[in-house]
Amino acid sequence: MKFGVVQFPGSNCDFDTFHVLRNVMKRPTVMLWHKGHDLQDVDCVVLPGGFSYGDYLRSGAIARFSPLMQEVKAFAGRGGHVLGICNGFQILLELGLLAGAMIRNKNLKFLCQHVHVRIENDKTDFTRTAKKGQVLRLPIAHFDGNYYAPPRVLKDIERNRQVVFRYCDADGRVTEEANINGSLAAIAGIRNREGNVLGLMPHPERASERILGSEDGRTIFESLILSLERPKPARRTAARKKARHD
Amino acid sequence: MRVRILVSFKDSVLDPQGQTVMNALHTMGYAAVRNVRQGKVFELELEGATKKEAEAIVPEIARRVLANPIIEKFDWEILKGL
Repeated sequence: MKFGVVQFPGSNCDFDTFHVLRNVMKRPTVMLWHKGHDLQDVDCVVLPGGFSYGDYLRSGAIARFSPLMQEVKAFAGRGGHVLGICNGFQILLELGLLAGAMIRNKNLKFLCQHVHVRIENDKTDFTRTAKKGQVLRLPIAHFDGNYYAPPRVLKDIERNRQVVFRYCDADGRVTEEANINGSLAAIAGIRNREGNVLGLMPHPERASERILGSEDGRTIFESLILSLERPKPARRTAARKKARHD
Repeated sequence: MRVRILVSFKDSVLDPQGQTVMNALHTMGYAAVRNVRQGKVFELELEGATKKEAEAIVPEIARRVLANPIIEKFDWEILKGL
C-alpha cells in the first residue's frame, strides 16, 4: 500500500511522518503539496501535525480550503482512508469530515509532553492490532486540543463507538487529572461513522522507534497497513462460512 | 462600505480565555465582574456593495469562514459614516 503525506505551509511533522511511514514501516510514501489536485493513487492520506497557515483564525480553519483538501474530502467520501494527526485532526474537524471542534486547552498552556491514551475501540482499521483497554504512551504538542461537541453530537459519537482514544493515567484510568487539556469525555481521538477517517491529538509518528522512548505509536500504522493490505477478518470469516454452507 | 463582524463563543461553550481574564479582574479587585467572554473582531471593506448585497454575503462569510458554527456565534453591523 502507498501512503501520502500532505504538506501545508506551516506543517512541521511532515518529514517525521514521512520518515516513519517509509523507513520504519517500509511502505512507499509520497509527499502531497496542498496546492495540487493529484492524490497520486495513494491508499491512505495522512494529514501531519504542525501549524498550517500559522494557526491563523482557528487551527486548521484555512487549510481546509486548500485545493488538495477538496480532493481529500472526495477521497474520504469514496471510502478512502484518512488519518489526521494533531493539526491534521483539527483540519478534519474544520473540514467536517469528523464531528466536533477544538478549543484552547483548559489551562491555556501549550502542552508538550508524553501522555497516556486508552484504546476505546479496537475494531477499527486504525487500531485492529491493539486491544481494547490497552494503554499507549504517546507525546502531545498542542495549544488547541480541548475537544468539544454539542451534547447531541457527543451522544451520537459515543453510541456509534466513534471514540477511539481517551486520555488516561498509566494504569488506564480516565481521571480529571489525566484529561490534560480538558477535552469533553477525555476524548483524544475519534473516527467517522463509516470508519475510514480518524483524527487524534497525540503524535504516533513521534513514538514509533525505540530510540525516541516509545514505540506505542506503531500500532496505528501497523493496523492501517494490515487493514489495507489484507482483507478484513470479518469478511474472511463470512467468506469461510459461506464456503462451508455451499 | 465597511462592516464589522464580532465572533464569540456560544453561551454553551466554555471560554477558558475569558475565564482567565475574569480571574485576573477578580484578583485586581473588580469583584463586580460576573462573567467575561472573549471574542474576535473583523473589519471588512466591501467594494461598491449595497446594504442589500452586504446582508447577503456578510453572514455567509461569517458562517463559512470567520466563525466555526459548532462553537461560535457572530453579530455584524455596517460601520456608519464611512
